Amino acid sequence: MASVTLKNVSKSFGAYDVIRSIDLEIEDGEFMVFVGPSGCGKSTLLRVIAGLVPVSEGDVFIGGEQVTEVPASKRGLAFVFQSYALYPHMNVSRNISFALETARLGRDEIRRRVTKVAEMLKISHLLDRRPRQLSGGQRQRVAIGRALVGEPEVFLFDEPLSNLDADLRMEMRFEIAKLHADVKTTMIYVTHDQTEAMTLADRIVILNQGRIEQVGRPRELYDRPANRFVAGFLGSPRMNFAPLDRAASSGSVLRGVGGFCHSAELAGADAPVEIGLRPEALKLVSAETKGAIRGTFERMEDLGYEYVCYVRLSETLVWTVRSTGSPLAFAEGEVVGLSWQPVSLYLFGDDGRRIDHGGALHLALGASL
Amino acid sequence: MAITTTAPAKRYSNSTYRTIRRVRTFGLYVSVTAVLVYMLFPYYWAIVSSTKSGQALYQFSLLPSLDFGNYWQLFHNPVFMGALVNSGLVAFASTMISLVIGILAAYALGRLQFSPGRIILIAVLMISIFPQVVVLSGMFEVIGWLRLYNRPSALIVSYLILTLPFTTWILTSFIRDLPTELEEAALIDGCSRLRVLTHVLLPLMGPAIASTGLLSFILAWNEFLFALTFILTDENRTVPVAIGLLTGSSRYEYPFGQIMAASVTVTLPLLVLVLIFQRKIVAGLTSGAVKG
Repeated sequence: MASVTLKNVSKSFGAYDVIRSIDLEIEDGEFMVFVGPSGCGKSTLLRVIAGLVPVSEGDVFIGGEQVTEVPASKRGLAFVFQSYALYPHMNVSRNISFALETARLGRDEIRRRVTKVAEMLKISHLLDRRPRQLSGGQRQRVAIGRALVGEPEVFLFDEPLSNLDADLRMEMRFEIAKLHADVKTTMIYVTHDQTEAMTLADRIVILNQGRIEQVGRPRELYDRPANRFVAGFLGSPRMNFAPLDRAASSGSVLRGVGGFCHSAELAGADAPVEIGLRPEALKLVSAETKGAIRGTFERMEDLGYEYVCYVRLSETLVWTVRSTGSPLAFAEGEVVGLSWQPVSLYLFGDDGRRIDHGGALHLALGASL
Repeated sequence: MAITTTAPAKRYSNSTYRTIRRVRTFGLYVSVTAVLVYMLFPYYWAIVSSTKSGQALYQFSLLPSLDFGNYWQLFHNPVFMGALVNSGLVAFASTMISLVIGILAAYALGRLQFSPGRIILIAVLMISIFPQVVVLSGMFEVIGWLRLYNRPSALIVSYLILTLPFTTWILTSFIRDLPTELEEAALIDGCSRLRVLTHVLLPLMGPAIASTGLLSFILAWNEFLFALTFILTDENRTVPVAIGLLTGSSRYEYPFGQIMAASVTVTLPLLVLVLIFQRKIVAGLTSGAVKG
């Protein structure tokens, strides 16, 4: 059990900066998820912690000890790879015990530990098989078993579920959550799948272009994103954005596409340039509804448990609306209205940061709609 | 929406295509047979000639006469038998040494990140570009300095110059193709670099090692120029030179039958080796997907 601390960590490959001075504190026993679009440096960051990739600058601490120069083999971590990276020439039992053999543990001790881990992961009947004789889910379990057997201080997972099909992914996600509840070891988990991030994490780190955009509990990131990137990254379908019309906005009145017009008492000096609304915060209403913005109904997708509707606000802007109840029956091409609760509206400034309006946002009644 | 129609391309009847397919298959077999005959005939001719002696050698006949006198003579020729042993030793030793050095070099060049690696690889390739004759006199000096002249070990040392470049190249590209994650997994499991190589990479490199080993063995086994230059006395000779220097009962008789018998005999060990390792080589070619 150990905490992990990164201080001012940077990594560049040649002129290309993959990680730019990251500071991060991961607490003992925490389940931390790194999430971000591909190429954001999340896997590299994990490899830096593992010691597989040397840092260009900065320090790595594990359990309070400086380990920046300690090689991967001496850090006492476990790593579950995306491709599982099982040794193809060894059977399952040896795959699991290889680290213990390397550490020159006694034969009885090795057998005891392998048996225990195999029972825990329900792979006892597979111990004599080769990796190629296993299914994807079984390989995944073996890979986790190989990580577990060394009783590491920190578990590192690099997109472990991305090679599995949807059903199995859900099952394994559940098992990993259970595993964490059982062993209570610090776990760092890299994924590009926001569902995994939201469901597994104690805290999420959102990375973009080698920088941390925001760190926080899943709910916190979802409800109070620090900036436009985080707001757009979490949530599926993603948040709807629309630029505000600056020329038409004056003082506390904000105007935008589709007849958007709100008055806001904003404390800060920053003027918002963009609005954001989550698809589930929107409601389809008739075009005449007061305060609603108008668009053209384009298409509806019936997913059985919910509906996703597409409404075109302008030539380049299509918003998605998600509703669980059966939506009003609109015809394709009909002009419809979209309404929402003022609290669910997000405002973003010039630099992309979210501007807190504290719910002090009103329909600018009387303004020409 | 306009539906565009294009006139169907002109085509023949079904039976015409069937005929074309049959003609193609037939043509394929004919050409394969032709190539095989062309390639195997010299070897067959050697076998046929090796079983003839005296005047029979000069009569054209495709059938062997099943007279094994040449072989009998050959196996009672101490120089030839000694050369056979020498060849085996030299080829085996140089193959082993070049494999060991080649594997270590390939791991370093293929995996460890260090900038001169590329230059070294190119230099290694350059070495194998030079024809042997260019290296010969320099090599002769080196052998002299090492005091290895007229010893089989001179050949082991000099053959490395032939076998090491391609061993290193083939193994390097093979190691590069192995998934990096396997190696990272082994490092996480606490392995040193050497243990990664011996316990994780080496078992997976079986096919590459078998094929490069076989190639370098064949190269060393058949080598003639160095063997002729660096060895002075009969008892240290290797087989290719020994065959070249076989003499008949008189100065004016060229012992064709025996030479052919020796050539056939020399090829047999190679054939056996290829047959032993071919399954491994083929298995390596097909099961390349380590990730599986």
